[in-house]
Amino acid sequence: MWAYIIRRILYAIPILIGVNLLTFLLFFVVNTPQDMAVVHLGDRYVTQEAIDRWIVTNGYDKPTFYNPKAQGIDKISDTLFYQQSMRLFTFNFGTSDTGREIGHDISERMWPSLALAIPSLLLGLGLNVMLALLMVLFRGTQIDTWGVTICVALMSISGLFFIITGQYVLAKLFKWVPISGYESGLSAIKFLALPVLVSVIAGIGSGVRWYRTLFLEEINKDYVRTARAKGLSDIAILFKHVLKNALIPILTGVVVLIPSLFLGSLLLESFFAIPGLGSYTIDAIRAQDFAIVRSMVFLGSVLYILGLLLTDISYTLVDPRVRLN
Amino acid sequence: MILYSISTAYNRGILSLFLGLSLCCAGCDEIWNDPNPANQTNEVIMYTDFSERPKFLDPAKSYAAAESRFIGQIYEPPLQYHYLLRPYQLEPLLATQMPSMSYYDAHNVLLAENAEPTQIAYTVYEITIKPGVLYQNHPAFSKNAQGEFLYHQLSQQQLHHVQEINDFPIQQTREVTADDFAYQIKRLAQPALNSPILGLMSKHIVGLDEFSQILFADFNHLPEKMREMGYMDLRPYTFPGVEVVDKYTYRIKVIGKYPQFPYWLAMNFFAPMPWEAEQFYAQEGLIKKNIILDWYPVGTGPYVLAVNNPNRQMVLARNPNFRAEYYPTEGMPEDVDVGLLAPAGKRLPFLDKIVFNLEKESIPRWTKFLQGYYDLSSVGSDNFQQAMVINNNSASLAPELKNKGIKVYSTISESIFYWGFNMLDPVVGGYEDKNRALRQALAIAMDTEEFIAIFLNEQGIAAQGPIPPGIEGYQSGKEGVNPYVYTWKDNQPLRLPLEHARELLAQAGYPDGRDAQTGEQLVLHYDVITTGDPVEKARFAWMQKQLNKLNIDLNIRATDTNRFREKMSTGYAQIFSWGWSADYPDPENFLFLLYGPNSRVGTEGVNSANYQNPVYDKLYEQLQNLDAGPQKDQIITQMLAIIRADSPWVWGFYPQAYSLAQVWNGALKPNEVASNTYKYYTIDAQTRATLRKQWNRPILWPLLLAVLGMLLLCLPMAVVYWRKNKQVHHLRVKEE
Amino acid sequence: MMPFKIDILWTDAVFFVLLASIFILIFFQRKQMKHARWTQVFKNKVGMSSAVVLFFYLCIAFLDSLHFRPELSQRLPNQETLYATQVESVLDLILSPLDVQMETTYAAPFATTSFAEEPHLVQGQVVYDFEPLRYTAEHIPPDTPTLTEISHIMRAALPLTGLLTAVTLVVIFFLVTLGSPTRIKALFIRIIRPAPRGVCWRTFMITWVLMLFLCTTLYYLSRHYHIFGTDKIGQDVFYQAVKSIRTGVMIGTLTTLVMLPFALLMGTLAGYFRGVIDDVIQYTYMTLSSIPGILLIAASVLILEVFMNQHAQWFASTAARADARLFALCVILGLTSWTSLCRLIRAETLKLRELDYVLAAQALGVRNLMIILKHIFPNLLHIILITIVLDFSGLVLAEAVLSYIGVGVDPSMQSFGNMINSARLELAREPTVWWPLAAAFIFMFVLVLAANLFADTVRDALDPRKAG
Repeated sequence: MWAYIIRRILYAIPILIGVNLLTFLLFFVVNTPQDMAVVHLGDRYVTQEAIDRWIVTNGYDKPTFYNPKAQGIDKISDTLFYQQSMRLFTFNFGTSDTGREIGHDISERMWPSLALAIPSLLLGLGLNVMLALLMVLFRGTQIDTWGVTICVALMSISGLFFIITGQYVLAKLFKWVPISGYESGLSAIKFLALPVLVSVIAGIGSGVRWYRTLFLEEINKDYVRTARAKGLSDIAILFKHVLKNALIPILTGVVVLIPSLFLGSLLLESFFAIPGLGSYTIDAIRAQDFAIVRSMVFLGSVLYILGLLLTDISYTLVDPRVRLN
Repeated sequence: MILYSISTAYNRGILSLFLGLSLCCAGCDEIWNDPNPANQTNEVIMYTDFSERPKFLDPAKSYAAAESRFIGQIYEPPLQYHYLLRPYQLEPLLATQMPSMSYYDAHNVLLAENAEPTQIAYTVYEITIKPGVLYQNHPAFSKNAQGEFLYHQLSQQQLHHVQEINDFPIQQTREVTADDFAYQIKRLAQPALNSPILGLMSKHIVGLDEFSQILFADFNHLPEKMREMGYMDLRPYTFPGVEVVDKYTYRIKVIGKYPQFPYWLAMNFFAPMPWEAEQFYAQEGLIKKNIILDWYPVGTGPYVLAVNNPNRQMVLARNPNFRAEYYPTEGMPEDVDVGLLAPAGKRLPFLDKIVFNLEKESIPRWTKFLQGYYDLSSVGSDNFQQAMVINNNSASLAPELKNKGIKVYSTISESIFYWGFNMLDPVVGGYEDKNRALRQALAIAMDTEEFIAIFLNEQGIAAQGPIPPGIEGYQSGKEGVNPYVYTWKDNQPLRLPLEHARELLAQAGYPDGRDAQTGEQLVLHYDVITTGDPVEKARFAWMQKQLNKLNIDLNIRATDTNRFREKMSTGYAQIFSWGWSADYPDPENFLFLLYGPNSRVGTEGVNSANYQNPVYDKLYEQLQNLDAGPQKDQIITQMLAIIRADSPWVWGFYPQAYSLAQVWNGALKPNEVASNTYKYYTIDAQTRATLRKQWNRPILWPLLLAVLGMLLLCLPMAVVYWRKNKQVHHLRVKEE
Repeated sequence: MMPFKIDILWTDAVFFVLLASIFILIFFQRKQMKHARWTQVFKNKVGMSSAVVLFFYLCIAFLDSLHFRPELSQRLPNQETLYATQVESVLDLILSPLDVQMETTYAAPFATTSFAEEPHLVQGQVVYDFEPLRYTAEHIPPDTPTLTEISHIMRAALPLTGLLTAVTLVVIFFLVTLGSPTRIKALFIRIIRPAPRGVCWRTFMITWVLMLFLCTTLYYLSRHYHIFGTDKIGQDVFYQAVKSIRTGVMIGTLTTLVMLPFALLMGTLAGYFRGVIDDVIQYTYMTLSSIPGILLIAASVLILEVFMNQHAQWFASTAARADARLFALCVILGLTSWTSLCRLIRAETLKLRELDYVLAAQALGVRNLMIILKHIFPNLLHIILITIVLDFSGLVLAEAVLSYIGVGVDPSMQSFGNMINSARLELAREPTVWWPLAAAFIFMFVLVLAANLFADTVRDALDPRKAG
């Protein structure tokens, strides 16, 4: 197993290099050093001389990929691409346009993201599974039909509407919770209540349907028929057998999500002013702070690959028949 | 009808039932939606918001209004603007009096005070600062008994415990000396700092340009590590532009006569900077933790930055070392009535803390303000449209706000928003009569008054030229009207009729919006920045509608900021929108926006229209050397006449800056040029607490309704389940 | 000489190609249609009615894609005819004069006076008052109660509904039965007494008539009122919502269409040839899919802006610019989302190439290209169809989010995303301006709901696991 994990990590390296190359190309086309200089220097009394000076002092005057003037390994390493992108592998993200260490910012902003994402995931999971079980229990009745219809309807509503109406009704009209903001510690609860609720409701539609299909597949299997033949009640079958057996796909489905939880939710965080990585990313895109965007792209890719790896491992853990090769 | 009354009675019954229930439940007196943490101490705290993350808090770099809101309270330059007096006036802040001026000729011979401007080669400003001014407590100053700095060479172990600046146990202070002011001026030339005003100041301060070249050369010889940190010890350097006379006196030598220079001395660029701070922050371990001068200022002002979390919150707290400074005793006559002079002579500042919360979305910001969680709302007019209703000829507060006692403070800001024509463009540019006619026609078609009504809720004044009211050279009334766009009727300017614009258009060679030669429709291009702001779409459509009035098509080329800048610099743009807010209240700071040598293309200057008119340029050069007076006014009138005829801009409007304050705020006066006004503000925390409670009782009946609804939903489920079970049972019985 | 010049924008062209290929497919497959699995969709009530709703949306998008430029009046003698630079669509023509901005600023739905007090001159004095709306004042006699007027209009719309229903149904029935009297009889019997496993003709009838009624009524009402009020600059919100349909439909359909050749080619190549090709393709899509989608889209859109700026002369009018951006956005969305389809196709091809007849063909020395075309592609069709319908709703929803972040369609283009984005600020007004948000919500919800329901039935019909 360790050999497998190590091999997978080795596989990830060329992928990450590819990601880096791609983002480097993408962002340097959009954001030339000249642009960066102007962003830093402001618009009012900037001179071309000041721009050139900025480019030199910040090391953007190097060649892009290959430095013919340098010696030995420096031919590759003393270049913009190497300096800007390869250091990401050591999680050295450099500084943003505002002069702050990105690594430090990320480590700080990760926590609010998790504080929102984990409760949303757990509550959503619990609620979805529960509702799906209920619908399966009532399969073939009007309740099931209506349930599915409501799910599809919920799926058809843009997440933006949930956020906008949630804020308007619960926070503005009813004054139950602060409309936005964040605080660390226990008082975070009152700020997180609404975004968590919104994200749970927005996720109900697809979640319940997904689990419902899962359970329905399970309930048609032979062992369920046997159990029913033994005279077990429907509820007992559902909770004892179906849920237990469906747990494997449920859990592995969740495992793949875990690393990406760190990245936070773009929309919720920026609407509710939660200082997590999601709003960090959106702000960076809007302010065209490409150092941050590049770092987030890299981080996102790492976490994605990690998620895939974790899923594979968790498969073997829950089901010994699956062998990694 | 009967049915109706029954149902309302029924509704009322349910309502009162729920209300009763909700009143019974515990904690109804509690507020649930307070976004601020409970205030345990008895400090007087003001809550307000910021929408834009400050980028730089270093006084050598910071230039944006979003930043000066913070550092204006922390750093103090030698001069400041008087809080109450209008027109805006400079007064000493860290200086003991206004700087003294002496003129020299090219051979450094002292000239008389009334010397001819052409004779004057240099002006020397001598500034004497107040003795005994202390910096805020800061680890950079901390020394041990031997007089060695405690934290200038931090060990790994020391660093381990440090997460922010307040984690250093020993924090000391030092007296401000003239050296610190000189040090800061030298920092303007420091290559790694890239001060935004270096380019401009190099033209004015003697030797600054050469000095920056020297520093740049030396910087490139620094070891890689130092270069990365961007640190240079500037103490050994001197340059002719700045001279320290004694501990409390220094001189700045300016090229020629530059009467506007004292205004710069009221900006944070000229605040004192202790060299210890720079040396302290130049440590790799601190930089890794984002502890840098840009984020943890070292100032002398009434406040220090207690919490710096630009992602969420910035907190200014009272500086214990702040010297005795007092509320002004002098004001305008109307200030007395509104209570602005009530605190006269009292010691500043009044507030213990100012909490700024980051609010990027306007709905939460607005809602929190209405709920009483912000004392001041300070964002631009765009987000305040909801606040105003138009009643009987004037915009006033919406009744909902009036009932809450909210006050509105508005003032014309020293800024202008305009639509410019790129004068290099073959279609809209040019200086021939027909080119002029086209631009004038467009200026008439662009109904600025409608723009102000729709997008600013009447919070602005249509501009007649580049100079806004309150600044020398602005003329109100008939004389001040731009005759190419307006006539004077019924004691107010009246936009010329569209027919006139159509005539002009025909003169320009485009009768009815069609090219007279080819018959093709005239298509113009509007280059504009798009930021994803929701209002943009409406603005673009409005622009198109204006030109459609003349049967001209408008192609909107919206791009991001970088691309827009590129277009402007290469002279590719055609019609564009631009804004300028004054650095200082002087007409020169507006008229130079059209000065030829400042042209955008080629020199990256502020003349974004690339307007070139030799007569205007000559007049501007004369104006530069003039002190306020009738001669200056006369030249301004001439200049205005020239640019109105050429109309390189559609003059646009002077926006009104306005802020809303809750009833518990003491009287305040908006000041558009001073950024350090928080020290004058007061708050009645008692009233605030009561009103907040009153305004924020949670409405609970929907909660109960929701619970009830859920229970009701369970009912059919139970029924179905029961039926199903019975069916199964039935089947089983049958089988048996 | 025609008094206008047809103008085919990028997205129009691709959209027409899409429609044409659907027609051709149906025309050539009409023999096998009876037995094709996908016709199951129409044997399901939900499937049938959602298909009808989608069809109406498609029609509106189609009408809005017929672009032309009206002729300009002759100014000089003996000159070649010139056309306006502004592009219009047939839909604009139908809805005109709604496309011209009427009011100064906000007006509530069905209102007859302005939402806020407006200045106007009375004897040289500026007076603020609620002004009658320009548009409604033209069409509504003053002092009529709104409800009476609305019911009048709705009644007036009935004849048109009837006429349209009759005409369209006759055409459709003729197309379906090809005029054969026995078939017509059979069809009518099925409408009256639906067969348990037959095509749901009765559902079709009901939905069809309802949709027609809705369309004509809304059209009639829009002649007199601002049904959904007006927005900040006084433009009709109903018009915006209808115009947004095209943007949504384009993004939903073109995106998948654009990525299809890519995914199909890469997927089959990787699955069929395996080895190095497989490795390279897998590496490519692993790399692309590991980048968070929204960031990749943001970066690509920013690059697009650079490109469009450098070649601004190619886009003479705002419409051309906006359309080019919409098309590019579809391409970008397609390129970032092709990986999942590619993976599916690769997996399926891996399975297919092991099938007996493929192996047999290989053994007989049939060229690989022929095998792929003859045996592999036809068996991938159901995956492609499912992907197209499943992705549609997601893409329509994604457009809204992208606009919020600022990397969506051109700000001057009407789209649901742009509507929501500007409407959310208006909720904070006092009194609340709720109608732009409500209009965007309703139009978008119906579209996405229909698409979701349709996708469900398509999947149920085509999914081999459910076929048995």
